[in-house]
Amino acid sequence: MSESSGVAVYGEIADGKLLPIALEGLGIGRKLADSLGQEVAAVLAGSDVAGLAAGAFAGGADRVYVVDDPLLKDYQPDAYVSVMEKVIGQVKPRVLIMGQTDVGRDLAPRLAFRLGVPVTMDCVELAIDPASGRLLQTKPVYGGNAQAVFTSDADPQMVTIRTKAMTPLQPDNSRKGEVVKIAAGLDASTIRTKLVDRVIEDVAGIRIEDADVVVAGGRGIGGAEGFAQLEELARLLRGAVGASRPPCDNGWVPDTVQIGLTGKIIAPELYIAVAISGSSQHLSGCSGAKTIVAINKDPEANIFRQARFGVVGDWKKVLPAFTARVKELMAG
Amino acid sequence: MNIIVCVKQVIDPEAPPRSFKIDAGGTRAEMQGAPPVIDPYGEFAVEAALKVKEAAGNGKITALSLGTGLLREVVKKPLAMGADALILLEDAAFAGGDGWSTASALAAAIRKTGEYDLILCGREASDTNAGQTGPGIAAILGLPCVTLVRRIDVAGDTAKVERVTSAGYEVVEVPLPAVMTVSNEIGEPRYPTIKGIMAAKKIEPVVWKPADIGIEPSQVGASGRRLKMNRLFQPVHEGKCELASGETPEEVAANLAARLREAKIF
Ligand SMILES: Cc1cc2nc3c(=O)[nH]c(=O)nc-3n(C[C@H](O)[C@H](O)[C@H](O)COP(=O)(O)OP(=O)(O)OC[C@H]3O[C@@H](n4cnc5c(N)ncnc54)[C@H](O)[C@@H]3O)c2cc1C
Repeated sequence: MSESSGVAVYGEIADGKLLPIALEGLGIGRKLADSLGQEVAAVLAGSDVAGLAAGAFAGGADRVYVVDDPLLKDYQPDAYVSVMEKVIGQVKPRVLIMGQTDVGRDLAPRLAFRLGVPVTMDCVELAIDPASGRLLQTKPVYGGNAQAVFTSDADPQMVTIRTKAMTPLQPDNSRKGEVVKIAAGLDASTIRTKLVDRVIEDVAGIRIEDADVVVAGGRGIGGAEGFAQLEELARLLRGAVGASRPPCDNGWVPDTVQIGLTGKIIAPELYIAVAISGSSQHLSGCSGAKTIVAINKDPEANIFRQARFGVVGDWKKVLPAFTARVKELMAG
Repeated sequence: MNIIVCVKQVIDPEAPPRSFKIDAGGTRAEMQGAPPVIDPYGEFAVEAALKVKEAAGNGKITALSLGTGLLREVVKKPLAMGADALILLEDAAFAGGDGWSTASALAAAIRKTGEYDLILCGREASDTNAGQTGPGIAAILGLPCVTLVRRIDVAGDTAKVERVTSAGYEVVEVPLPAVMTVSNEIGEPRYPTIKGIMAAKKIEPVVWKPADIGIEPSQVGASGRRLKMNRLFQPVHEGKCELASGETPEEVAANLAARLREAKIF
């Protein structure tokens, strides 16, 4: 344990770019490393990714480890676990940060079990305990009804971080550092799962994770037709349509617009929740919104505990009138 | 086709958030007034197992639950849905575990069952929200693993699997035996039928203690933990909702729009 040092951040890459979550990881990684008085290392694994090192330095890394191999072109668990095991063996970080993405959800636990250490998934807060120098890992549990603070005595102390929970640094392009290449050393025969196809089901228009305004519907919308009305309001506000889980499960909207713990985590300026009860699992995905507005017929609905503005009423009556008035007000 | 489904008993995650309480000791959580349930994602895993078995035309589904104070009517739900056997890892030694101790005990039990082609777990439990049990079992047993699964097609000794991603899904091929964690996109778990409930009544669960699965009590439950929980708390939320008013729903709606405009929300 004593020979471990520094904070390593897994720099997740998609479509030849460092993902925002990588920069969020570097942002919090920088803070933790500064309080430890140690370095931040970024780990970039993929095919043809060396060019991304500059972005990692600008984001806060002191050193960048690059594993470049054609076998790493697509995420493949066996290959990535083995590469990361090798990198961690060489770098020996005290803390390892990954993102709670579809890759991180898969890679982090498998790597942890390979390394023989625990991992805390989906952390929303990380800090160094001044007394012990260990990492305090805060994560929501019970769907967000509670939070727990964990520590581990073993290094690396592994965590994944929730999307948008940590702040990236202002990119500083003058920052430079050392790039260290590590050979993947992969044996193709150890790769058991094979990626056959990747299907993109992106919806037309603005993506919910990028939209400033999200109009979301829940089980109480009752069908795809109702979502057409939400669409109208979203278009008017130049926003996107999202949903709680039931409308996705029922096929009223695509699965990719689910908001929450097991869907997307978003932080728009305005979130309009229509006929959504406000389960803690759903709120996990939208509580970062600047303003939440709720329309629900049940005055006791939990969503009103999180919303800033609200209407108690039947959305079928409230929404058309609301949309019409918004239209008038926007027209001046 | 031997399928093992790991599924546990939890406090009801769908109960209203206001009934959620943490005890004075700050370690145990409860949903006041709501009985425990089978973990929802575990139920999706049972549904996946039933779909695979139906497609294969034969097979055996064994549900495996670790815990203490397991209510038979709760842990028997997978049987009522159509599973064939139930193994309970029920002993005080199993209490208070983390991802490591739980996955170690489940892996040891799975090894003891002997033959398996497919091990299914939910994508994450509703209490820990960790999503580590499946990948942990895979790592311990040295098996391949596919997480966040929404469709499984078995052909011979490989499976073609769809895995949920943030933008859609991936199609992967994996040799069996393998571990998979199941997501809700697999489809709504079926309701137990009367026939299923009757059949479940007749099936006696097999109960194993640490010694039965060849594992030291010190490796399981709280003593097997590698992660320490320092604190469990309910975050306080101080918000106040301003409700719009009016004579009719239309008037309330218009007032809300006006108020939002005034507050420069849009
Ligand atoms: C581990 C786990 C992960 C989960 N992840 C997610 C997730 O990522 N995202 C998610 O959303 N859920 C998730 N869930 C499910 C979650 O627990 C809830 O079941 C779900 O969020 C409820 O969706 P809802 O609010 O649309 O439905 P409900 O809770 O059924 O609420 C419907 C609401 O509509 C209102 N309503 C009905 N009709 C009308 C009307 N005519 N006018 C006005 N209001 C009306 C009702 O008053 C009610 O409040 C998860 C659950 C678990 C266990």
